[in-house]
Amino acid sequence: MNELLKQLSEAVGVSGQETDVRLMIKDLIAPHVDEWQVDPMGNLIAIKKGTGAVDLRVMVDAHMDEVGLMVTAVETNGTFKFAPVGGFDDRALLGKVVQVGSKRVPGVIGCQPIHLATTSERQKIVPRSSMRIDIGSADKDGGKGKVAVGDRAAFLTPYEELGRVALGKAFDDRAGCAILIELLRQPPYPFDLVATFTVQEEVGLRGAQAAAFRVQPDVAFILDCTPAYDLPVPPHVDESPNVHLGRGPAVYVMDRSSIQDPRLVSYLLRTAAENDLRVQVRRPGGGGTNTGSIQRTAGGSAVATVSLPGRYLHAPCSMIDLDDYDHMRRLLEAALRGLTPAVLNRES
Amino acid sequence: MNDLIKKLVEAYGPSGFEDQMRALIRPEIEPYVDEIRVDPMGNLIGYKKGTGGGLKVMIAAHMDEIGLMVTHITREGFLRFTSIGGVNPQTLLGNRVQFADGITGVVYSDRNTNRSTVFGLEKHYIDVGAADRESCPVPVGAAAGFAREMLVQGERLISKAMDDRIGCVVAIETLKKLGDSPHELYFVFSVQEEVGVRGAQAAANAIHPDVGIALDVTLTGDMHEGVEMAVRLGDGPAIKAKDSGMIAHTGLVQLMKKRAEETGIPYQIEVLTGGSTDARAMQIAGPGCAAGCLSIPCRYVHSQSETVDRRDVEGCVALLTEILRHPIDL
Amino acid sequence: MNTFELLQTLTETPGPSGFERDIAAVIEKIWQPLVDEIRTDRLGNLIAIKKGSGRRRSGEDLRPRILLAAHMDEIGLMVSRIIDFHGQGFLRVVNLGGVDIRHLYGQRVVVHGRDGDVSRNLKGIIGAPPDSYLPVSRRDKPFDLESLVVDPGMAYDELIRLVSVGDAVTFHQPLLALENNRVAGKALDNRCSVAALTVCLEVLKDRTHAWDVVAIATCQEETRLLGAATTAFELRPDIAIALDVTFGNGPGASDERTLKLDEGPVISFSPDTHPGICQGLKAAAERLEMSVQSEFVNTPGGTDAYAMQVARDGVPTGIIGVALRYMHTMVESINLKDVERTGRLLGEYILHLDGQTLSGLAEGLMSEK
Repeated sequence: MNELLKQLSEAVGVSGQETDVRLMIKDLIAPHVDEWQVDPMGNLIAIKKGTGAVDLRVMVDAHMDEVGLMVTAVETNGTFKFAPVGGFDDRALLGKVVQVGSKRVPGVIGCQPIHLATTSERQKIVPRSSMRIDIGSADKDGGKGKVAVGDRAAFLTPYEELGRVALGKAFDDRAGCAILIELLRQPPYPFDLVATFTVQEEVGLRGAQAAAFRVQPDVAFILDCTPAYDLPVPPHVDESPNVHLGRGPAVYVMDRSSIQDPRLVSYLLRTAAENDLRVQVRRPGGGGTNTGSIQRTAGGSAVATVSLPGRYLHAPCSMIDLDDYDHMRRLLEAALRGLTPAVLNRES
Repeated sequence: MNDLIKKLVEAYGPSGFEDQMRALIRPEIEPYVDEIRVDPMGNLIGYKKGTGGGLKVMIAAHMDEIGLMVTHITREGFLRFTSIGGVNPQTLLGNRVQFADGITGVVYSDRNTNRSTVFGLEKHYIDVGAADRESCPVPVGAAAGFAREMLVQGERLISKAMDDRIGCVVAIETLKKLGDSPHELYFVFSVQEEVGVRGAQAAANAIHPDVGIALDVTLTGDMHEGVEMAVRLGDGPAIKAKDSGMIAHTGLVQLMKKRAEETGIPYQIEVLTGGSTDARAMQIAGPGCAAGCLSIPCRYVHSQSETVDRRDVEGCVALLTEILRHPIDL
Repeated sequence: MNTFELLQTLTETPGPSGFERDIAAVIEKIWQPLVDEIRTDRLGNLIAIKKGSGRRRSGEDLRPRILLAAHMDEIGLMVSRIIDFHGQGFLRVVNLGGVDIRHLYGQRVVVHGRDGDVSRNLKGIIGAPPDSYLPVSRRDKPFDLESLVVDPGMAYDELIRLVSVGDAVTFHQPLLALENNRVAGKALDNRCSVAALTVCLEVLKDRTHAWDVVAIATCQEETRLLGAATTAFELRPDIAIALDVTFGNGPGASDERTLKLDEGPVISFSPDTHPGICQGLKAAAERLEMSVQSEFVNTPGGTDAYAMQVARDGVPTGIIGVALRYMHTMVESINLKDVERTGRLLGEYILHLDGQTLSGLAEGLMSEK
């Protein structure tokens, strides 16, 4: 059992309220870093001093926050209206279990039973506005004050391993956080390594913007999770999946937020090949990561994004491949150990 | 076996009008059963005594086929009709039908100016060559079945009414092969399955079997952009796990699988999302019974070219024989 | 075992329609000490008999008997196809009973191993490709069963060794304690009625009652009211009562169509209930000073009473149950106290059945009350 991944994925830190995760990570990394600080936005920034052999300022980023819900109103029947925090497919919410507020009060997401729905209602996606969080309270007291408007709710999904895959919530991006923590636990690198555990990625890549301004890196690696769409499609649909679970970490070339530094992309692919590590290139296209913020915040950095493929991200229960995780950790460590200014040389 | 299949599939017998079928099947089974009777609804029931220690088992294959019934004769002598059972209008245009007395007719529709639509049944008619209403030889209320000769194409047998004459053939061939069985066997050639498993309901309510096994066709998932299903033509008889009317008795399913595996009969497991069989009626009749179904995979069900594979039919006979020869331990 | 633990055991044990073996075994263990005889029949119904002390009817060896039916099956899924997609294995499924398919995406499930072999059980998630990978006609709609897959996170070659077409799939959702004595989970429809029936048997345990009590955990209610139909035929009850859940007031469920959680058992007045039994249940509630709710239904159907009423020459029937939110989802919610009250009410009703009850029911139909 990957205890680190379990601990981090079961922690609650919906965008804007990442305190529990921040405290947990601080405790996990404190023995392995030389200094750490929390910036005004809540980003946790740690420095692990290097041997000084290489003169580069290198940042590795993973975001701490997860998608979730926010309580917006109490109904007379004791249930709560809610708004999304981060992007969701409404279809993933129905009938799922959540934990609300700092007391982590258990609740369920309910809607009209299908028996009472009209035929046309049955054929439509149930809109979020028709769903309620239900903690069992009988009237407007919010469960005797246990839950209040403004509280955030996260999915309540225990971490579980099934063979080589793991199930759980918030792998996006606690898996990235876990890998970054493991990188910090290793012996010093040739340069000072700045680790940023950032806030508010899911609501617009906001924490990383401030963190990158403070760090001003020459090179930044962004560790994230990418949704894997390697699921059966009808036979006449000719679509290749964007990434495959089990074929290694996904290196980005381009997404909606940024075009990656091609020098770093080829360096990562080369490093994977040299170390016999699985790696795949993510099909260029939509989606965005902190890379978009970090690349352009403070005069520009050379950036590269590596993501762990995960099925059903932004849903109550996602699935990652533990071999992918392992290969991603090893790829990043090898890439950091071998990184020199020469990597950034522009050929002719 | 092909001769028997040809004889049964080409015969006339829409739901409710199975007399000719009964007359054809009766002599086929008479030598192999101890008693034979026809119940008030018209089910033909062959009873075969057991050697003892077994269960009361009802095997049901339905004799009826889907058909048409005349509702109105136009002034010009065309016959308007309604359906008996699930008739798809797409299968009708230009096809031929036969009435009980041998009169045949051609089905066509009113003029369709929009070729991208299919008319409902109400805009179709049967032309039996009558000059006008008065001289029409067919009365309102007469029932017609499809008319089509069986075609043999390699291992494939193609005809109307494979649903479920092929089940009747499996029952007959099993009786011929079976010999001794510990079980009290009721071979029911049922009526009115296509209009809601009605004949089997009455028969099962009289027999109260411990175990009910229907023999019927099932759809296949091997057609071009067809229904998604794990059953393929030619891969062996299908043991039904579920259809839209019933969930088969899991113990009986296991037993069927076991018998097939023991004797090396290739088989498939069927999960059918549209349609049901006589097993649905047997399961809930009276005190209820352990119900299941052996299915013969069939393409183009409810058309004039229902297609089965001879090897699946033979496999089905072999499997049913094995099941009935041995104790049924649920 | 308190009611929460009882429901935990009952709801977390799998038993989809047609595959009730495991849940029947669990209930049998719970009921065994409370009854005189217990057995399962060929279809999978669990039948328990607690003998009464009343006189046998003249010319028969039977006492009058009341049949209490609570269906034990739950909605679920069945494997219909095994898919090889780029070497990964996925399962296509069909529904067993009235599954609300809109709720399936993102749900955790257990695939019950080939031939009922528990060691082959698998866990998985229900997923679907995103809209952009689906044909235009399937986008912006609830995912249907042709798009959804069960994903066990496993290679195809490995998967086909463990799973076969026809295997059952159940939902994985541990029972959750909510505020206010409420709980949420899967299969509370109708395991909460099995729990209520258990409470009733506990009430009767050391009491004398004239009538024989036949408690049945019925099978395949969700698909076709099968077990109730066949056992009512076989066991010839004089009165039959179905215990089942009804729609609880909650989000999207209007006041006039639903009953309240927390406010007591629901007695149903419907074409498939006998007015004399409804009155008898209400009178029992009055004796207990228990608050009950009445539900008025215009058409018969929806519970085991529908099948039992027309068994053989007809049976006087009643329906009693618990109000439940979010029916046929994995977060069905009820109040534990409603379950306990339902059991106690039924026990009280049975304790007052006597030699006059049946004639009273018959006369009631001819009086102008």
